[in-house]
Amino acid sequence: MLNFDTIKVGDALPSREHTANIVQLFMYNAAIWNPHRIHFDHAYATEEEGYPGIVLDGPLQGDWIGQVVTDWIGDDATLVSFGYTNRRAAMLGETMTAGGKVEEKNEQTREVKVSLYLQNGEGEVTIPGHAVVRFA
Amino acid sequence: MAELLSPEIKACIGQASPSIHVEVTRRDLRKYAVSTGQKAKKYLDGDVAPPLFHFGYAMEILPVDELRKDGIAEDKLIPELPLKRLMAGSSDTVYHRPIHAGDKLVVTRKLKDLYEKEGRTGPLIFVVTEVVVETEAGEPVLNETTSLIAR
Repeated sequence: MLNFDTIKVGDALPSREHTANIVQLFMYNAAIWNPHRIHFDHAYATEEEGYPGIVLDGPLQGDWIGQVVTDWIGDDATLVSFGYTNRRAAMLGETMTAGGKVEEKNEQTREVKVSLYLQNGEGEVTIPGHAVVRFA
Repeated sequence: MAELLSPEIKACIGQASPSIHVEVTRRDLRKYAVSTGQKAKKYLDGDVAPPLFHFGYAMEILPVDELRKDGIAEDKLIPELPLKRLMAGSSDTVYHRPIHAGDKLVVTRKLKDLYEKEGRTGPLIFVVTEVVVETEAGEPVLNETTSLIAR
């Protein structure tokens, strides 16, 4: 159970690694109805668009940092807002680490602002993000 | 800096795409939850939507022969721009109420702004859109502001 009173600015949110395989990526693009070939056609992605491999969808990576927040709050708070920025591409097979930390805490509104990140194996942040959650 | 955005292109600011009507099914919610690797039972059971579930609802469903060679449908909301390479930028969503199985939603995309900036490697055009999701009864569900960058 997450308790508003014990949250401190600077607290780290539990991090999690994600390594999508081709089946998961196929299912994701089918679920959101995205037929962009860079996400499933290796020859097209590399030869026509010049990527080093099959490209992970930006919104899938965005979802992974969203899960850092939703897994952290469970049913103890509600999500007020959530945003992310696509900073650099990530390829199928890369292991990405999603995490975040508490940036601000507002005692009046009982809202907590967190920063979020997804980083690759080199430690480069591919998707930074932010969210605000509100406690009852 | 030369003006890239003509008055004709700028005149498109404010236009909206035809609304997409969707009925949220538990099966759709479960597919999304599994494919994104969710761990929470409420998502895996399809009780409620994860925060970015609505992303797929802004995708038009078009006949295969109307798609471009890269697989993507032409985005009729965005006018033809003088810079051709489009990159995903950012997404910011404000949530008003959760999405549940059985909801009947209306999804509308609007072109909010077009502006140019000089980037490190040359000119950039920023395309700002807003996705508005509400129930058929008009109750607000969420507002998402997205930006795309053309270079």
